[in-house]
Amino acid sequence: MRKNVLVLISLIIVLILAQLSKSLDPYFYQILLFFGINTILAVSLNLINGFTGQFSIGHAGFMAAGGYLSAALSVYQGEKIINYLAFLPKDFAQGLVFFVFVLIGGIFAGLLGILIGIPTLRLKGDYLAIATLGFGEIIRVIIYNMEIVGGPRGFPGIPKYTDITWVAFWSFICILVVYRLIHSSHGRVIISIREDETASEAMGVNTTFYKVFSFSVGAFFAGIAGGLFAHYLMMLHPSSFTFMRSVEILLMIVLGGLGSITGSVFGAFVLTVLPEALRGFAHLRLIIYSLALIIMMLVKPLGLMGNKEVSLYRLIKKFAKDRE
Amino acid sequence: MIDIIQQLINGISLGSIYALIALGYTMVYGILRLINFAHGDIFMVGAFIGFFALGSWGLPFVPGLFVAMLGSAILGMIVERFAYRPLRTAPRISLLITAIGVSFLLENLMVLLVGASPRSFPQSISLEIYEMGGLILTNRQIIILSIAIGLMIVLQLIVMKTKIGKAMRAVSQDREMAQMLGINIDRVIAFTFALGSALAAAGGVLVGLYFNKIEPYMGVMPGLKAFVAAVLGGIGIIPGAMLGGFILGVAEVLVSAFISSTVRDAVAFVILIVILLVRPSGILGKHMREKV
Repeated sequence: MRKNVLVLISLIIVLILAQLSKSLDPYFYQILLFFGINTILAVSLNLINGFTGQFSIGHAGFMAAGGYLSAALSVYQGEKIINYLAFLPKDFAQGLVFFVFVLIGGIFAGLLGILIGIPTLRLKGDYLAIATLGFGEIIRVIIYNMEIVGGPRGFPGIPKYTDITWVAFWSFICILVVYRLIHSSHGRVIISIREDETASEAMGVNTTFYKVFSFSVGAFFAGIAGGLFAHYLMMLHPSSFTFMRSVEILLMIVLGGLGSITGSVFGAFVLTVLPEALRGFAHLRLIIYSLALIIMMLVKPLGLMGNKEVSLYRLIKKFAKDRE
Repeated sequence: MIDIIQQLINGISLGSIYALIALGYTMVYGILRLINFAHGDIFMVGAFIGFFALGSWGLPFVPGLFVAMLGSAILGMIVERFAYRPLRTAPRISLLITAIGVSFLLENLMVLLVGASPRSFPQSISLEIYEMGGLILTNRQIIILSIAIGLMIVLQLIVMKTKIGKAMRAVSQDREMAQMLGINIDRVIAFTFALGSALAAAGGVLVGLYFNKIEPYMGVMPGLKAFVAAVLGGIGIIPGAMLGGFILGVAEVLVSAFISSTVRDAVAFVILIVILLVRPSGILGKHMREKV
């Protein structure tokens, strides 16, 4: 009970901070917003790659699926539904509709995750990587051939509903869900699959179920991130969701540490800020990315934080101990 | 009917290129259990070396092809030495991430060196078109097919008849045992990379000749598709890669001719999913149960 109150209080603090940050310079505001979206992507991918020990490199595909669906809903149905809800205050109705649409996008991506996960998660390691990559590409090809969402021309005219408060809210939910999941008994099972799949199967764990489960939770949040992304840029294009995007997300979690939530947040932060700092040298940036990936693997294969978490509580305790 | 035969011919030409790339994947996988994501980019580098050898230096076609193969073989060995060898004992996921990193590094270095815009490949063999009873056959298709098949025969001879080929087969069966029997596995692995990279470079030059266009990102899609071809035939099995390459090429050309050319890129991945569901070990593969 006390824990829930604590969670609620921290959510409120995060939302207030988000509201306050709206007065920031638009440039910093945008960076902050993308940091939030990248956090959702990184933490959700880390659930699949870091905690479950599977290797998905098709995250951008789920992001595209969720983003396109929620965008299509708000373009084709948004006005109508907001008009139905005319008895509510306008802002509230808009917010409610947006919440539901993004949620639907996320659920769709999650279902897709189940659909894709069942056949592919029977595979191990690298086969899985290629299969998820293949699915990511198939999703993109399908979007490319769908006239209703603009196909190769892109999908313009999406209403701008996303603001920093929404992003903060969803990032908070994402981190909370992954954190609570990992620290539940289901989470222990998931980690046992990472540590030794054969052994955990021998212990009677239904490994396929848990793998598909964490895969679809990850896909769900990728879909949410896609919805937020779509309603911020107001325009979607299939080329935003290439393999490159998946690799960028992968780089975030590799940098931060496979199996560390705070690590993913840190990785998302670095990979949001770094491109801005290197804006002058666009090509050099990609070379630095790839070198970082290789050197990271050679020097510190577990990422900067490994699978450790940074916790405020422990920091304070350590600090207090040092003082004594 | 004549249409179908025509498309089959086109598909086999395309498929022979996929097969060349797939061979490198399959050999490296057989020996290291690694999906060498950078393989598609070595194919691209090979095409560019061919571009300079045939264009700027004005070499004739066959020596140019050899220069490209040699250059890529060296590149393949460098990549193996500095990126993969230090990770020999690391978890396979680290190796896979490194491979992705190498792939991006090669692409972006190439963009830095030659620019991102596509270039037209030097046409060192002039196009001749033969017509036989409604079928159209170009001399390039014949050259591509004969070079590809020639290289496959050479590869098969190396793997089956030479000492280093025997060592390769031994390492792919059981690396530790091979090491204990006195095989220098570092040398065998480097040789495998060189061989695979040379074949990929040949594929790159042939693609340049066939499609007349090369660019730094040209390796991504053929690389992935060639991997699908390798899985389709049974990964780690050399004849399987050839078979898979031909099947994939034909399937892709047939789909883009008779269904829609926009879904062409999805064909390979649909085949991949189906094969993984129905027969994960591939057409020629034997099913192996994992042991603890």
